[in-house]
Amino acid sequence: MKILTVCGAGQGSSLILKMNVQDVVDEIGLDADVDNSNISTAKNSGVDLILAGEFHEDALEGFEIPVITVSDFMDNEEIKSKIQNFLEEKGE
Amino acid sequence: MISQYVDKDNIRTGYEAKNWKEAVRASGEILKKNDFITEDYIDAMIEMVEDKGAYIVITPGLALPHARPEKGAKENGLSILILKNPIEFGHSQNDPVSVVISFCAVDDSSHSQMLSELANFLRQKENIEYIKKVDSKEKLLNYFKKYDRGGEK
Repeated sequence: MKILTVCGAGQGSSLILKMNVQDVVDEIGLDADVDNSNISTAKNSGVDLILAGEFHEDALEGFEIPVITVSDFMDNEEIKSKIQNFLEEKGE
Repeated sequence: MISQYVDKDNIRTGYEAKNWKEAVRASGEILKKNDFITEDYIDAMIEMVEDKGAYIVITPGLALPHARPEKGAKENGLSILILKNPIEFGHSQNDPVSVVISFCAVDDSSHSQMLSELANFLRQKENIEYIKKVDSKEKLLNYFKKYDRGGEK
């Protein structure tokens, strides 16, 4: 699957989030490409999952792509449990 | 190695800011003094928060201001500002902020090693707790050096 992390500029927080999501994905053995970008290009990115800060919740509303928001970008446990919940709901 | 990105010229401790704008500006001034950015870049970092919100507070107590490369970044670099008194940035979960790490990058990718080193460092909560309270740049530089050597204290 393809995962995109997003933030306002697409090169700061989203890059850090991408690194932590990559770690989590490796840890749980999920086969996924993780990339980062800014919010404006995320909508039509065609990825399977978007991760962003809770702050961007409003901006990401109405997206057809599932969105997970996290409050602490450095907390891999939060990222992991949210991705695992997503996968369970999706039935994988 | 995280210490390759920090020296005494890009750390400031014990800074008394009245509000988040002053804190972001002071951290930007460090980048400017090192000739990493132009003045415009500082304004752009502040505008980014005004436009898009305090999402730069990526983890409790720590903000990561930055702007787009074309806003006046001359080199890749970062600055570390430790606030004497924690400041509200307007983030519902991660306020108040004691550590402001600003960075600048000349493009979208060449700074990824720098941010990756920083992320590895910040992922250990004890490091964030230390840096929030550190009161001199010498102590912080020593801490980074020890961290790079493998964490012996």
